[in-house]
Amino acid sequence: MGRYVARRLLQMIPVFIGATLLVFCMMYALPGDPVRALAGEQAVDPAQIAAMKKDLGLDLPLWHQYWNYLTGLLHGDFGTQIASGQPVADIIADAFPITARLTFFAFAFTTVVGISMGIFAGMKADSARDRVLLMVTLLLISVPSFVLGFLGQYFFAFQLGWVQPNVSGEANWNELFLPAVVLGSLSLAYVARLTRTSIAENLRADYMRTATAKGLPRRRIIGVHLLRNSMIPVVTYLGTDIGALMGGAVVTEGIFNVKGVGWSVFGALKQREGATVVGIVTLIVVVYLVASLLVDLLYAVLDPRIRYA
Amino acid sequence: MTITDITADAPSPHGANENGGTLLEVRDLHVEFHTRDGVAKAVNGVNYSVAAGETLAVLGESGSGKSVTAQAIMGILDMPPGRIPQGEILFRGQDMLKMGKEERRLIRGQKIAMIFQDALSSLNPVLSVGYQLGEMFRVHQGLSKKGAKAKSIELMERVRIPAAKERVNDYPHQFSGGMRQRIMIAMALALEPDLIIADEPTTALDVTVQAQVMDLLAELQREYNMGLILITHDLGVVADVADKIAVMYAGRIVETAPVRELYKRPSHPYTRGLLDSIPRLDQKGQELYAIKGLPPNLTRIPSGCAFNPRCPVAQDVCRTDTPVLHQVTEADGAALPGRGSACHFWKETIHG
Repeated sequence: MGRYVARRLLQMIPVFIGATLLVFCMMYALPGDPVRALAGEQAVDPAQIAAMKKDLGLDLPLWHQYWNYLTGLLHGDFGTQIASGQPVADIIADAFPITARLTFFAFAFTTVVGISMGIFAGMKADSARDRVLLMVTLLLISVPSFVLGFLGQYFFAFQLGWVQPNVSGEANWNELFLPAVVLGSLSLAYVARLTRTSIAENLRADYMRTATAKGLPRRRIIGVHLLRNSMIPVVTYLGTDIGALMGGAVVTEGIFNVKGVGWSVFGALKQREGATVVGIVTLIVVVYLVASLLVDLLYAVLDPRIRYA
Repeated sequence: MTITDITADAPSPHGANENGGTLLEVRDLHVEFHTRDGVAKAVNGVNYSVAAGETLAVLGESGSGKSVTAQAIMGILDMPPGRIPQGEILFRGQDMLKMGKEERRLIRGQKIAMIFQDALSSLNPVLSVGYQLGEMFRVHQGLSKKGAKAKSIELMERVRIPAAKERVNDYPHQFSGGMRQRIMIAMALALEPDLIIADEPTTALDVTVQAQVMDLLAELQREYNMGLILITHDLGVVADVADKIAVMYAGRIVETAPVRELYKRPSHPYTRGLLDSIPRLDQKGQELYAIKGLPPNLTRIPSGCAFNPRCPVAQDVCRTDTPVLHQVTEADGAALPGRGSACHFWKETIHG
């Protein structure tokens, strides 16, 4: 078990390098120039721009820039934003807790509501309530999240006035409720469907018949024998879902004006702030990797047939 | 009544059954399944009974309704699509089909237990065997986790699983097929039920292990004086352990007989066909006998005797009249107790 975890952690190193390199190259390939953008519409002396670039190390070849970035990271230096002169580490420290809160909220919503809906429908497959669930989830899957976001904003904020349309700088829990629901709705649909199918399938399993034949009360049959088996595929999905939720936060944060990671990365992309984009994307990659490792370990707890060595 | 209630389990003096201790009696049981292709009549009027300490073997091909009957007795049929339009299942004289859900649940596992065919899929893969065995004591007897585990180890020792103490926390997939089936048996045995239904307990096992498991089952049955319903399609398994046999075909019992007599002198062409299709060493090199045709589609059971399209001796009457279970007698009319045959030509079949 310990060896397995160690191996998995070591495997993260190449993934980490690959991800940063990829994003780095993409930022380099994008048209536009962050230094030139500083001046806006004004005409600037090309010599001055060249001098600034030299200061920032932007005149070096790509591989050298990347090397400088990586060695900086090893010293805990995420780089500095060109426009504001703010360290990227500070920007992440400001934005990350907000996104983490939003993601956590969305994740909790997905898990609790999605699994309950799945159980509710799966217990009676092909009944009316099952069909309603399949239809609603199909709708959620096919409608893009920004449509859902604007619809939610329109009805709950502007028409009904239940929530504020925009989230303030503090990003309080109650403000994050609607964004979290919008962010989690796609995963919710998948989780509900996955749970529903898993439950419906396991209901017909031989061990369920055995549990009934043992004279166990129905609550125990469902709670102990059925749920434990049915949750295995759902947990796998939920693990990869944490990363997907953080990525999806870019759009949701844009709609609700949440000053989180997605909002920062979007701003940085517009201004070609390479270091900021690479830093944030790398962070999301690491969260994703750690989450999937945790899920794989949890998987072994849920299913004793899986053993890691 | 002047006597106290201890006699409740004792044979009633007016009992219809000659050995008095009838545990379970199935009367005219019908089970049907409503499917998209129509109504499948899986069981069509089955009657049988089991007494304490007695072993009834129910024999038949797949689809003959033997497992469905057992599931109806256990109350584990999927309803819907299953339905029991008529019949009675009397356990100690009480009709279980008229009982409430909770009342039936308390009988399951405590009074009647069941052993399933494929122990690997019938045991929960994510729970340790100790947990699954202990559940019986925790749920039905309210034992603590610790007490239940001790009982589980005891049970595993009783079905002779080596190193029971170390293996109690292992999972089903860590055991061999024979050991898993022993665990199934231990689970059925846990609360010392009055009746055990074993649905093809050895079919999924290695031939060498089959005999061990059957012997164990027979031994435990004797020890606890339980009734046993042994469902099988394997004539070899039955011979040593059963007291009486009921042969089923298309949801009906076509022949009943004490075990030795059935092998010696079958009184139904279907039974004869089954016996003839056992490979025999002294007929090496000859073609093996097989009953021609296939078992009937349960949504369209042939009229008259369901076996008539496959029967070598079928006459016109077999296609029109459904035979009842005739009392089988010797050629001179002397009664043969416990023997019955649902064939119009039972006399010809048994007496040649």
